[in-house]
Amino acid sequence: MKIVIIGNSVAAVGAIEAVRSVDRSTPITVISDEPHPVYSRPLISYLLAGELKPDQIFYRPKNFYEKNNLRPLLGRSVTKVHFEERTVQLENGKKIPYDHLLIATGGKPFIPKIEGLDTPGVYTFTKLEDAKKISSVLKDVQKAVVIGGGLIGLKAAEALRKRKIEVTVVELADHILSLTLDETASSILEKALKKEGVHLITSNTVEAILGDGRVESVRLADGKLLKTQLVVVAIGVVPNVDPFKETALHIEKGVLVNERMETNIPDVYAAGDVTQAYDKILKSYRTIPVWPNAYVQGKIAGYQMTGNKKYQYEGSFMMNSIEVAHVPTISIGLTNPLPNDGYQIIRKLDRSSNVYRKVILKEDVIVGAIFTGHIDRVGIITGLLRDGVKVKGFRKELMSEQFGFISFPKNLRKEKLLDLK
Amino acid sequence: MKRIFVKEEVCIGCRLCEIHCLVEHSKSKNIFKAFKEENPRALSRIHVEEKGTLSFSLQCRHCEEPHCLEACMSGALYRDEKTGAILHNKEQCVGCWMCLMVCPYGTIQRDLNGKKVASKCDLCMGRETPVCVMKCPNEALEYREI
Amino acid sequence: MCVRQCAFEGHSYDPENDEVNSKEEVCVGCHRCVTLCPTNALTVRQNPLDFRAHGNWTGWAIRNIFKQAETGGVLLTGMGNDRTYPIYWDHLLLNASQVTNPSIDPLREPMELRTYLGRKPDKLDVQYNGKNFQLKEPLPRQLKLETPVVFSAMSYGAISYNTCESLARAAHALGTYYNTGEGGLHSNLYKYGKNTIVQVASGRFGVHKEYLDTAAAIEIKIGQGAKPGIGGHLPGEKVVEDISKTRMIPKGTDALSPAPQHDIYSIEDLRMLIYALKEATRYTKPISVKIAAVHNAAAIASGMVRAGADIVALDGFRGGTGAAPTVIRDNVGIPIEFALAAVDQRLRDEGIRHQASILVAGGFRNSADIFKAIALGADAVYIGTAALIAMGCHVCQKCYTGKCNWGIATQDPYLEKRLNPDIATERLINLIHAWSHEIKEMLGGMGINAIESLRGNRLALRGIGLTDTELDILGVLPAGR
Repeated sequence: MKIVIIGNSVAAVGAIEAVRSVDRSTPITVISDEPHPVYSRPLISYLLAGELKPDQIFYRPKNFYEKNNLRPLLGRSVTKVHFEERTVQLENGKKIPYDHLLIATGGKPFIPKIEGLDTPGVYTFTKLEDAKKISSVLKDVQKAVVIGGGLIGLKAAEALRKRKIEVTVVELADHILSLTLDETASSILEKALKKEGVHLITSNTVEAILGDGRVESVRLADGKLLKTQLVVVAIGVVPNVDPFKETALHIEKGVLVNERMETNIPDVYAAGDVTQAYDKILKSYRTIPVWPNAYVQGKIAGYQMTGNKKYQYEGSFMMNSIEVAHVPTISIGLTNPLPNDGYQIIRKLDRSSNVYRKVILKEDVIVGAIFTGHIDRVGIITGLLRDGVKVKGFRKELMSEQFGFISFPKNLRKEKLLDLK
Repeated sequence: MKRIFVKEEVCIGCRLCEIHCLVEHSKSKNIFKAFKEENPRALSRIHVEEKGTLSFSLQCRHCEEPHCLEACMSGALYRDEKTGAILHNKEQCVGCWMCLMVCPYGTIQRDLNGKKVASKCDLCMGRETPVCVMKCPNEALEYREI
Repeated sequence: MCVRQCAFEGHSYDPENDEVNSKEEVCVGCHRCVTLCPTNALTVRQNPLDFRAHGNWTGWAIRNIFKQAETGGVLLTGMGNDRTYPIYWDHLLLNASQVTNPSIDPLREPMELRTYLGRKPDKLDVQYNGKNFQLKEPLPRQLKLETPVVFSAMSYGAISYNTCESLARAAHALGTYYNTGEGGLHSNLYKYGKNTIVQVASGRFGVHKEYLDTAAAIEIKIGQGAKPGIGGHLPGEKVVEDISKTRMIPKGTDALSPAPQHDIYSIEDLRMLIYALKEATRYTKPISVKIAAVHNAAAIASGMVRAGADIVALDGFRGGTGAAPTVIRDNVGIPIEFALAAVDQRLRDEGIRHQASILVAGGFRNSADIFKAIALGADAVYIGTAALIAMGCHVCQKCYTGKCNWGIATQDPYLEKRLNPDIATERLINLIHAWSHEIKEMLGGMGINAIESLRGNRLALRGIGLTDTELDILGVLPAGR
């Protein structure tokens, strides 16, 4: 029973570790267009900032492939998958047969229509190579423009600022991190960023990148010109489904999967940023490109492939942890509900210390939360959200920084502490 | 696999568990030096929650399905093959706090002394019984098979 | 940590100077902070405010007058008489076999410590049914003890629930009994009924049908060694929800037992109550009557036995209490050594010694005290203070405040947790095992292998440093004779 995995990041690792925990012999082939051993994409901003030792970028020890009896085909692109004949075709024409296939191709950067994208000095910021390339040109850069005020954009901006580059972030929405935070939390981070010397331009976008032979400036939608020597396009990622276009695979925004990570094609699974899976908070199929969901999806796909049918996906929910300008921020679930939709919000704000605490409830169950500044023990709230626990009796305690198991009613506490999942 | 369980009925909130955990994870492992001389002071990985007359201590549960390990972006969290405990490699940690975000027990804390890293219970690797269990004066902590 | 552990607020943390300060004047010497300090930084010493040396006007006598002049109140205290009256156990010596009547090795040969408490018949009427002998009449009900030690009466209210549970569990594990004292029996402890002696005291707290039915024996409490002549006292602070329910009194009220039992004004009244209880329990439980050791204890005991008591319980003046007026505790009552000798002798002289077992109490400190008591005539010994010390008590004598730092003499839920019943039960079992083994060693050394052979055997004792009269009352020869 041959397993082939297209992709070599966290979802692939989840699947590999799950398979290998029950089966040491089934051959597993891992194909990736990147030549590196599995590394952590979210950490490339730390690398750019100069905060990582070069080997720290790797997600697993160097002997990972050997120890797990894997066949890595790194630096090879997959051009097409022939689902009927069960083969994966590489760039060089070679066909790799499979009995079970896991699609873990992740995401690719979203590139909007901007004039001058091919001017030298314009980069995306998702892969290790991106970070290395940017790092190598920094000596000639005084100013940089980052297009996109989301997670990737802000991490890029922070990294550049730590390398002593003057950064301007241009965001289309009227506040940064508009997909994960609410206006209050965004404003706290905006203030902190400005204090660190990062320029923020919101409700605007880059229309054109100008320069002769290299980037010299950008023109915004309102006509303003910004002088710059480096442009980073960091608007977001979309599922990387290119090799599957015009096949029988069901794709909407991403590859659709059920709770067993199965696609519509038998013996073909998908996991990670490439999928569109069930979101238990929004109660619909969504692409949620976050690291923990990718690992878990990979793990479930791995168990399912080896016949461990009891492992099923409980559903995603959005979750992010990011530290921007020394303000740690965690957001989970639905953070910005529409008003009058049956949601209750409890919140506590202390701007002087950058501490914001917001919990969103629907019918006494936590569906979302935002924490800035004081993020300790937030995982307890995540646990309550994940398990859909009714918090009626201790709602008020949620706002306390001392919230903990002591705030739970006794039987709930005993249940959670003696149940060692 | 042995894990630590707490009996809230007999926890007296004395915090000797915190003191001894701190000493065990200090450089000198000597109570006087750990508190009076070491700078930065080590962190205790066990914490007492107390309200009124109710108190109990909590530390990493070394879960069978560890959310922290799944969320860790640097690979710093791993499972020890022999004991099944979830261990943390400080050298590999980057302080992204993903683990803190998902731990349902809230037992991972931020170590902000120097390089920002996560900090959590390691079942006193190398000892037969964790020190918190050994030193509790009222036998409120039990180390037993799950 | 010392700050949190002291219920008397003896330590406090000053955040400004980042240091812990101590308020010496409130320290009661319970050693809680000393025991728990992780660096052994603390110790307790007598507060050295020395008055000028004076044979009559000691510091203690002077301070007591200060207190009463200030408050106009009765001085209260806890635990037993702490004055330096002579301890007669320390003037009695034991025998050992040398040459004649070889000694016995308890590790190699069986030793009998089993003791039966209760009325024994005048004679055994047996009949032969062809194969073996049978008793014509069944024996009156007995309490069976695997070792001649019983846990003494300590009321739920004076001590915490966890302490009661520990005594019950230990009694059950050891095959002996514990006494509820006058606090009633908590519903959770009914399952240990077979090892419980319930008390019917002057306040009749918690006395109802199930209480009597579940017990193995019933004790009518006339008095106790710590405060002969007056009733029990539980301050209102200690009468919390559970206590109120168990004792059947309103929450927060002082539980003051009347001085006498108001339906016992004569020995005939006592007989009526004894038989009322026997009828109510269909003669299935031995009835014990407890009195304090006072001047005419022998005559009273004789009357009690004739009134139908199956067990005579004598409590000497070293007996402990949760709360008593200091002047009563320290001046009323006589040592148990004399009371025991007098009662045992009197009952033998009257030929009724077999009609009741004698249980003695009052400051027994070790297995030697117990051994000597049995030699003087006791069937078994009640231990109270010693049991509490085994569980952690440091005899600071502040039980009446309800602030026991060891979780024993308190109803404060924060303090009560400090007594972990699992640990306390084990410590009690350890203590009694240790003492039982020592008793076997002493028995074996004398060349006897059954406690029955020691009982009332005054020849096993010799007195030392005693006057002729004391030797006479105790009924022992002086060492050398």
